[in-house]
Amino acid sequence: MRNSTKTRVKLLMNEMTSSPHPFGATRQRQDAQPEPVSAPALRAEVRNLDFWYGATHTLKSVSMAVVDCKVTAVIGASGCGKSTLLRCFNRMHDLYPGNRYAGEIQLYPEDRNLIEMDPGMVRLRIGMVFQKPNPFPKSIFENVAAGLRVRGVNGKSLLYERVEQALRGAALWDEAKDRLHDSAYGLSGGQQQRLCIARALAPQPDILLLDEPTSALDPIATAKIEDLLTVLRNTVTVVIVTHNMQQAARISDFTAYMHLGKLVEYGVTEKVFTTPQSPLTNDYITGRFG
Amino acid sequence: MANSSLANAQIESARIVAANRRTDLLMASIGILVLGIATLLLTSVFVGLLASGWDRLINPDFYTHFPSRHPQQAGIISAIVGSSLVMLVTAVIAIPLGVAAGLYLEEYAPKNWLTDLIEINVSNLAGVPSIIYGLLALGLFVYAFSLGETILTAGLTLALLILPVIIVATREAVRSIPLELREAAYGLGADKWQVVRMYVLPAARPGIFTGVIVGLARAIGEAAPLITIGALTFIAFLPPLPVQATPPFVNFDWLTSPFTVMPIQLFNWVSRPQAEFHVNAAATGVVLMVMTLAMNALAIYVRLRLRRLHR
Ligand SMILES: Nc1ncnc2c1ncn2[C@@H]1O[C@H](COP(=O)(O)OP(=O)(O)OP(=O)(O)O)[C@@H](O)[C@H]1O
Ligand SMILES: [Mg+2]
Repeated sequence: MRNSTKTRVKLLMNEMTSSPHPFGATRQRQDAQPEPVSAPALRAEVRNLDFWYGATHTLKSVSMAVVDCKVTAVIGASGCGKSTLLRCFNRMHDLYPGNRYAGEIQLYPEDRNLIEMDPGMVRLRIGMVFQKPNPFPKSIFENVAAGLRVRGVNGKSLLYERVEQALRGAALWDEAKDRLHDSAYGLSGGQQQRLCIARALAPQPDILLLDEPTSALDPIATAKIEDLLTVLRNTVTVVIVTHNMQQAARISDFTAYMHLGKLVEYGVTEKVFTTPQSPLTNDYITGRFG
Repeated sequence: MANSSLANAQIESARIVAANRRTDLLMASIGILVLGIATLLLTSVFVGLLASGWDRLINPDFYTHFPSRHPQQAGIISAIVGSSLVMLVTAVIAIPLGVAAGLYLEEYAPKNWLTDLIEINVSNLAGVPSIIYGLLALGLFVYAFSLGETILTAGLTLALLILPVIIVATREAVRSIPLELREAAYGLGADKWQVVRMYVLPAARPGIFTGVIVGLARAIGEAAPLITIGALTFIAFLPPLPVQATPPFVNFDWLTSPFTVMPIQLFNWVSRPQAEFHVNAAATGVVLMVMTLAMNALAIYVRLRLRRLHR
């Protein structure tokens, strides 16, 4: 199972440079030879995903891979559907009536389509950090513990342990350790955003989704969060939406470029930025458009 | 050229600032004036009542005696106990029901025409004259359910009366919770009930509480619906105690006891020809107002406390 996934990624990465469609080869995985090479495993794979806000067709046949323990960046002009795509991953759209999906987001290793799973189940496994820091009106401790409490963890020592671990993971421990029981609203914007990352990390999600997590922050706070993501990249699977192409280039391993609801390009970040296949991508990254 | 346009821009912004100041000043003056009139009216009513009822208010007998044909001996003990017990029943019924209904409508009910219809009806019910509720209660509780002219009936009636207020307040409070907080909670994998219990209810509590107090303050001053269901105007005994020496040590006989309440007592005394009874009425008015104000003060205190805990 795991093997065939690896195979597909390998194929996918070979294929990506030549095929305009990133999944040109993935369909014929049965024919593929087992690959001994250490290709990364997939955490999730989007296949021909369509999404509608009521009657508005917002995502059009999007396909992309999310590689295990790597950072995948989604870039594109404002309004192209980046947030919409990200919010499909944890079924946020299900909170509002009238939204509709078609297609698949296959979750690995169990190989299930998360579009057909219970949204609550999906969200228990896939954490999200929003564009605007949105801590709960509670103490710092309770904010980080929130996801654990939702999962029924109430033992004090275990909570403390996991909260500390998550705060350290989000590089907030030193700033927060003496004020764990103060209101989270007393933190600065950048600290609040790291708190939200800690909150999402505490339940140890399979995938961490970040929607422009630094767009409301100053360069120093941004740098802290970028450092954090580079540290996290080897332990957590991250999908990050960003407006900032330098940021995508700096921190991501894979990059997806979206244009008007379509996924135009997907590949290894370096390649996407140096030798983009699509003229649209080229225009966007050279700043002629977007 | 550049200099003069700069100077012009400065003059222009100075003008705008001055105009804004004038508008602010005007609004502040109007506000203070209106507030002054309202406060003045309330205070003058209160002081007027206080002055007329003073002789009775300072007499402890007034609080411990039953009503009497002799104005000097008449007291309000039965009205105080009656009002308190009726309010207790009202609160116990209306608060859970109203909050649950508001939560259901806002969080769980599908958004369709039926929900809209219910919403419109609930808002309208808040404006229905209270005597209509009295008529409803007379037909429903007194005759159909044979509950009699009891504390239970009165509590149910007033609960019906303030239910719309609590429902509307709950919905408003729940609706005002920012979307981001909900998404944050759902994003952690919380199910609906967890979101409601852990995030929505705590955040909505101050607003719900305000609605509850507004409702209860309205209920405590109501005479009309209770007269309609047949509250007594003259009562010389108290309801049975809710505790007893023999097991099960508590009883609910008081629920089926006849009763009177403060506003009815007040109304009764006002309509007597003897001026001495009017003194009693004024004194009762003061006590009723103090009860209402105390409820509001409690509301403010609890709200502040909740906010401090919450923030
Ligand atoms: N709730 C909604 N209902 C209807 N249309 C929506 C909704 N949210 C977004 N859209 C539309 O869907 C399209 C994609 O929006 P989305 O928020 O995914 O863009 P984005 O790529 O994240 O943009 P940005 O970079 O500005 O955040 C836009 O045209 C937007 O107007
Ligand atoms: Mg967006």
